[in-house]
Amino acid sequence: MKLILKNAKKFNEDKTSNIYIADGKFAAEFAEDQADRVIDLKGACVTPGLVDMHCHLREPGGEYKETIKTGTASAAKGGYTSICPMPNTNPVADNAAVISGIMKKAKEADNCRVYPIGAATKGIDGELISEMGLMKEAGIVAVSDDGHPIKNAGIMRKVMEYASDFDLPVLNHCEDKSLSEGAMNEGTVSTTIGIRGIPTAAEDIMIARDIILSEYLNIPVHICHVSTKGGVRMIRDAKARGVKVTCETCPHYFTLTDDCCETYDTNFKMHPPLRTEEHKQAIIEGIKDGTIDAIATDNAPHHADEKVCEFSVALNGILGFETAFALGYTYLVKTGEISMAKLIDLMCYGPSNILKLGRGGMNIGDDADLAVFDLENEFTFDKEKMLSKSRNTPYDGWKLYGETLLTVMGGKVTYEKLC
Amino acid sequence: MGSASANISTSGSSVNKGESLLDTARTIDMMGTDIIIMRHNQSGAPHFIAPYLKASVVNAGDGMNEHPTQALLDMLTMYERFDTFEGKNIAICGDIYHSRVVRSNAIGLKKLGANVSVYGPKTMMPIGIENMGVRIADSVADCIKDADAVMGLRVQLERQQKSLFPSIAEYAKFYAITPEMLALAKPDAFLMHPGPCNHGVELPTAVYDCDQSVINEQVTNGVAVRMAVLYLLMARRNQL
Repeated sequence: MKLILKNAKKFNEDKTSNIYIADGKFAAEFAEDQADRVIDLKGACVTPGLVDMHCHLREPGGEYKETIKTGTASAAKGGYTSICPMPNTNPVADNAAVISGIMKKAKEADNCRVYPIGAATKGIDGELISEMGLMKEAGIVAVSDDGHPIKNAGIMRKVMEYASDFDLPVLNHCEDKSLSEGAMNEGTVSTTIGIRGIPTAAEDIMIARDIILSEYLNIPVHICHVSTKGGVRMIRDAKARGVKVTCETCPHYFTLTDDCCETYDTNFKMHPPLRTEEHKQAIIEGIKDGTIDAIATDNAPHHADEKVCEFSVALNGILGFETAFALGYTYLVKTGEISMAKLIDLMCYGPSNILKLGRGGMNIGDDADLAVFDLENEFTFDKEKMLSKSRNTPYDGWKLYGETLLTVMGGKVTYEKLC
Repeated sequence: MGSASANISTSGSSVNKGESLLDTARTIDMMGTDIIIMRHNQSGAPHFIAPYLKASVVNAGDGMNEHPTQALLDMLTMYERFDTFEGKNIAICGDIYHSRVVRSNAIGLKKLGANVSVYGPKTMMPIGIENMGVRIADSVADCIKDADAVMGLRVQLERQQKSLFPSIAEYAKFYAITPEMLALAKPDAFLMHPGPCNHGVELPTAVYDCDQSVINEQVTNGVAVRMAVLYLLMARRNQL
């Protein structure tokens, strides 16, 4: 398969040029009549394929919400070419057999490079370390218990030590569950509408613990989806003194606040919860000054039955693949907070570096992973047009910039907007 | 009032068989129901179902959020004694965190121009309650001092198991509305409680039965207020 993308405007170049792809790689120029397909991008923006280091594909066990096939199609629509599903499936992805099954399904779907994250502890119950070595052979790139934070500091230490033997990053969802019985951020809004709150302290306490362990052991740790001002401050301070801590945030933490929960709309219920404006601004500050290394989606499909219900009963999480880039572009780049190059760092090179995926190269010979976005025209995000099986997005009807026009993974077109 | 009513509780209904709240509500709706009066342990449950139904939904208490008709009957009881709410001091003591009565009263009384003070053990004070326009008092005495009306709140005894207070004896000693505390209010102040009351915990029995207590009147006013809600709601529905 030979592909030419004409009049491509690379995100870091001022002029348009042509991109040549052959045998799955970026290639040197060749004649148009040798190409199987020529696509005129008419000056649209080309970026490396995006990398999502934190998502949920729900398979195995949750196929009624999402499958690897539909989830990776949804990711491709968002411009992603590499994604990392979390292990909280059923059965839990805590052994090589489950990981191999995920890899096989991902290969069949062939929409994205899927790099699974293995469970840090068996059954993600925080007690016994998992078979990290065997899972690494099967394809994992990191370990995490995600929504089930490792509450016992002694176990966390052993997870970090053992994972480092296999050069596997440890990603921790930081939340002291003894402080967080609630369903939304604790504050004026939760008090006013009578919903039990989750204090920022629940997140901050575990971030502090993980930084302390990382510094003491001199082993890296990655903090998942940071949502608090205190978290950003502690990570910034730790980085300044050389602690090997990295972190991610998600688009909802720089675009939404807990005010959104006032109507009990469960599409604003997620973990960590949406915080106040003060915390949202601190997240944007952390993005700007480099404290935050990556923007991940925490893409979390849920069936309507799990969301169309009482607020406290509803499951946590929202879809993210199909809105992440547009939200980042509209709310960070277009507003002048960061440059386009910085956004690509956060959504491609940053996560790729943390997980050592080697993604994002656009030189001749590199895997041809790229995305094309329309930065000029506003579009209205319509949840009914999503490729996910689920519809739990809070962004329905939002007017955004940065609609995906084309996604190419390994030289194959995995998504194209039908014009 | 001439209406037909049916009581549905979770025990003995399809809720026990795992029926969702929305399905239960739709089933009741499709039986030709005009008004669903709903008490639910989840905040926002009536807000959630109302848009899906033809019936009107009356919130009879949702989780920790609101108890609107309780606040209306409380305010009616006060109104019968006040010439105006403007500048009146209302003290509310007890488990503020879990109380839907406090939230509805705070909204209503603020609208009417009264000053609301609240106090309870710090373990039962919700973060940010001052942003609802109430004053957080320093003690029971500070809360009640110069009050025109004093309201006690039920404390659920099982909250001891969650370490929200250590014992009934200690709660009764430090957080109850005792005769001495009530004496700090204005001379013509009166005492209220939404009931049911734990005698000897948030209120000594002597206080419950004292001359200043209007607790039994609240019950009578509750009938009037709820009749009014149904009457006005049906009148509006008949216009549509």
